[in-house]
Amino acid sequence: MHSIAEGLAKKQRKISVAEFFERNKQILGFDTSTRALITSVKEAVDNALDACEEAGILPDILVELKSIDDDEYLIIVEDNGPGIVRKQIPHVFARLLYGSRFHSLKQSRGQQGIGISAAVLYSQLTTGKPTVVTSKIGDGFPAHRCTLLIDTKKNRPEILHDEMTHWEKSSGTRIELAMRGSYVRNRKQSVYGYLRSTAIVNPHAHITFIEPNGNKIVFERVTDKLPPQPREIKPHPYGIELGTFIKMAKESKARKLTSFLSSEFSSVSLQKAKEIIKIAGLDPSISPNKISLEDAKRIVDAFKKVKLMSPPTDCLSPIGEILIKRGLRKEMDALSPEFISTDKRNPSVYSGIPFMVETGIVYGGNLPADERVEILRFANRVPLLYQEGDCVITRGIKNMDWRRYGLQQRGGKGIPFGPAIILVHISSVNIPFTSESKEAIANVEEIEKEVKLSLQQCARKMKGHLSKKDRKVKAKNKFTLISKILPEIAKKSSEMLGKPTPPIDDVITKIMNIIWIDDDVQYEDGKIKSTISITNYKNKPQSFELYAALPDERELGEIKPEAQKVEEEYIMWKIEKIKPAEKIELSFQLMGMEKGDFEENILYVRGIDPVNVIGAEKWEGD
Amino acid sequence: MTVADRNRAAVEEMMKIAEEIYNDLKNSRIPELVIPSRTKSNIIFDERHRVWKYGKNTSTRSAVSLAGAYMLLRTVYTIDFIKKMIDQKKSSTLRELYYISEGWGEGKFSSQDDSDRLAEDLEILTKKLREDMRLRPEEDGARVIGDLVVEEITRKGDKRRIHCQDDVGDSGYSIPYNVEKEKVKIKETNAKIVMAVETGGMFDRLVENGFDEKRNAILVHLKGQPARSTRRFIKRLNEEKNIPVVVFTDGDPWSYRIFASVAYGAIKTAHISEYLATPSAEFLGVTPSDIHNYELPTDDLTKEDIAALKSELSDPRFKDDFWENEIKLQLKMGKKSEQQALAKYGLDYVTDVYLPEKLAEMGYEI
Repeated sequence: MHSIAEGLAKKQRKISVAEFFERNKQILGFDTSTRALITSVKEAVDNALDACEEAGILPDILVELKSIDDDEYLIIVEDNGPGIVRKQIPHVFARLLYGSRFHSLKQSRGQQGIGISAAVLYSQLTTGKPTVVTSKIGDGFPAHRCTLLIDTKKNRPEILHDEMTHWEKSSGTRIELAMRGSYVRNRKQSVYGYLRSTAIVNPHAHITFIEPNGNKIVFERVTDKLPPQPREIKPHPYGIELGTFIKMAKESKARKLTSFLSSEFSSVSLQKAKEIIKIAGLDPSISPNKISLEDAKRIVDAFKKVKLMSPPTDCLSPIGEILIKRGLRKEMDALSPEFISTDKRNPSVYSGIPFMVETGIVYGGNLPADERVEILRFANRVPLLYQEGDCVITRGIKNMDWRRYGLQQRGGKGIPFGPAIILVHISSVNIPFTSESKEAIANVEEIEKEVKLSLQQCARKMKGHLSKKDRKVKAKNKFTLISKILPEIAKKSSEMLGKPTPPIDDVITKIMNIIWIDDDVQYEDGKIKSTISITNYKNKPQSFELYAALPDERELGEIKPEAQKVEEEYIMWKIEKIKPAEKIELSFQLMGMEKGDFEENILYVRGIDPVNVIGAEKWEGD
Repeated sequence: MTVADRNRAAVEEMMKIAEEIYNDLKNSRIPELVIPSRTKSNIIFDERHRVWKYGKNTSTRSAVSLAGAYMLLRTVYTIDFIKKMIDQKKSSTLRELYYISEGWGEGKFSSQDDSDRLAEDLEILTKKLREDMRLRPEEDGARVIGDLVVEEITRKGDKRRIHCQDDVGDSGYSIPYNVEKEKVKIKETNAKIVMAVETGGMFDRLVENGFDEKRNAILVHLKGQPARSTRRFIKRLNEEKNIPVVVFTDGDPWSYRIFASVAYGAIKTAHISEYLATPSAEFLGVTPSDIHNYELPTDDLTKEDIAALKSELSDPRFKDDFWENEIKLQLKMGKKSEQQALAKYGLDYVTDVYLPEKLAEMGYEI
């Protein structure tokens, strides 16, 4: 007689890796044949980008899909990264849950280490064919070529072939795997869509994509600067879970509890460590390896009772406003967008974990005006393609009133409609995904708030552009009126009556009755020159302050005439008594820019009724 | 007053407008023209003429806006064109006015609606008729059959007497665009009633059944929303010969508007309602009550029909018990019928039963 528990245990043992995989296809991202292809490419490319960046190499990645059969494809992903030493190859590619990043608190693409080996397993389960990995770690080293399978019973790699071979590349890794799949294009959820999105947020990468029909697409690199290498940080007490805490304590080399807390956690000084231990009512000199579950609980509780500094945030590696704009401009070129606005928030913290939000909005051009806006979600430079509805980014977008920024939205809630694409990138040392497939970010209040704040800023810039455009059209109408229509009326009516043509200057001033502000942005040799002209079409002299907004991450050149104030965000000139019909010019230069980095000025006025001004908005304060 | 006198008077009034614009510019004023608002909310009942006319609300066409400036430029061009046309003793259609503006540069009309509207604006501003400016509509007035003699001045200047039964074919006498006394005189008639009929099909049915002779009626085909000359002609028959007018249309909201323009005046032409409207004209049918009483074949009201009926409930011209009851009844039924639906009971039913019954009900002994 076996007990029930024994029976269950037997059954449990029988669940192989393959079965586990089969049951969890959805959370691993292999639930449909279309998605399987995308997920596999995604895992391989994410690894390639991470490897290149860690080694300080500008990524040059090839992705090729070959059709083997009606529903079978060969995926090839090749990089110029540092390569993988021979011994590690089978473990990296053919063993589930094997990765160097599993416990680390550092901004990176992969977080769980289930990715690429899951693709290898899927390949093997659907075609029975092995995966071929070629890797070379540098000039003067041979390349190794391994043919691998996963032993699904033991979750161990099985090496079928292992040979040394010649490879032109100085270093790099190439993976070839066959799988059942189906290839689609022309939508966001496709290999092409994934790579395009990847190119936007990885402007330092050069990606070549060869489609099954042989069509070759190149995503060019827009910057030669690698993103700064993110730093690894220690966990912050506010976000620690009991289990992790116990594990850390058991593995700690510190001799005393005080030094354990102060050396292995962020923002904990020796002073604070003592305070925590005192609140927990423990002996500061005991070894962390020896604490009981009860002690651990008391410490974790005590963490919440002390006031600690936020964790360091210089561990994050954001993309930056200008690079987001360049990435968007390059990939959206075919849409000839009318305006691109971007925003970057300062780092923020949820549960002791630093994160940061960056956003961009592409507006107008050939984008459809009556459809839902497209949302591009990113986490640590990885596009999120599925489960849009479950993601905190989508939630943030839905909970904003977009109507005030010129998009349509029923009842001021939900995904807005209009000719726009909304991009949101979240970087963090630990992205709180809703599941293993890493497609949606969990509903964290702090993150939603930051997403909304950033998008509001971005949308304000877009709105500024739109209302400026709108007012310019109106103003242009007035110019047509005074320069064409009015003289015609004067001429025709005098002709009919046989009288001399009357002068119309006074009537023109009466009709215009505004301050007209126009601006022009010129690019030349890495310099952008912005010229602002002001004409007084009112019948009295006018005085006011003019503010010109400055872009993020810029270097100011010459400002003419001298400005009354130059701040991080703006330049301010005092305009003193500009006379009727007088025109004055202001200008400033931005250095180290590329064409398209700064395309139009956002101008504000203060000290004058904005109704009387065309070309600038009301100044809302710093 | 001859036709030429009337033309001269119109030109004189128009030149005053051009002068007003010129003087504004000369005196450093922004040129503008003030015109009564031409909307449903700005029509009031004129007790003296018993028609609906424009009220006190005005709209200003000012050169301060681009649209206003364009309108003023088009106005001076149009005045110039009409003046030259009259000098050369020519006339033009409203459509020709639109096309001729092609050569006006910035003064070109963007659509014929614009030019038609400007012609009406000029009528309002000058208090002269479009016909006096020698502007004609595209289509002539409708057809007339009945015991009536008219005397028309032909384009050769001869007088011609026409008997509207004996001297015309089955399609009747065709009403010209200008029906003023200088062009058309209404001579003898023994008719007891003028019946204005909306559709050509019903008009032909009444003619074929000899309704004009048997019942001594002058039949006028309205051709949908009636042309100005048709309405003017009906009004003159009513006033000069003292013949009552009844209007026979389909039973739907659009037909009630046709009746309203005959009896009360149209919103678009409220400035000349006293020339065009026949206040004593009565609506014969098809009424929503008829649809019910005669059990006529029906169609469902469309969304547009319902909106039109509701709009009529807020139209001052329909503010009386008869219309309010009928419109509400129709909204309740959700149905409409055409006048030709009476054929349900045979081709003679309309002339032998329906019309005699309805006329008797309305107090006419014919």
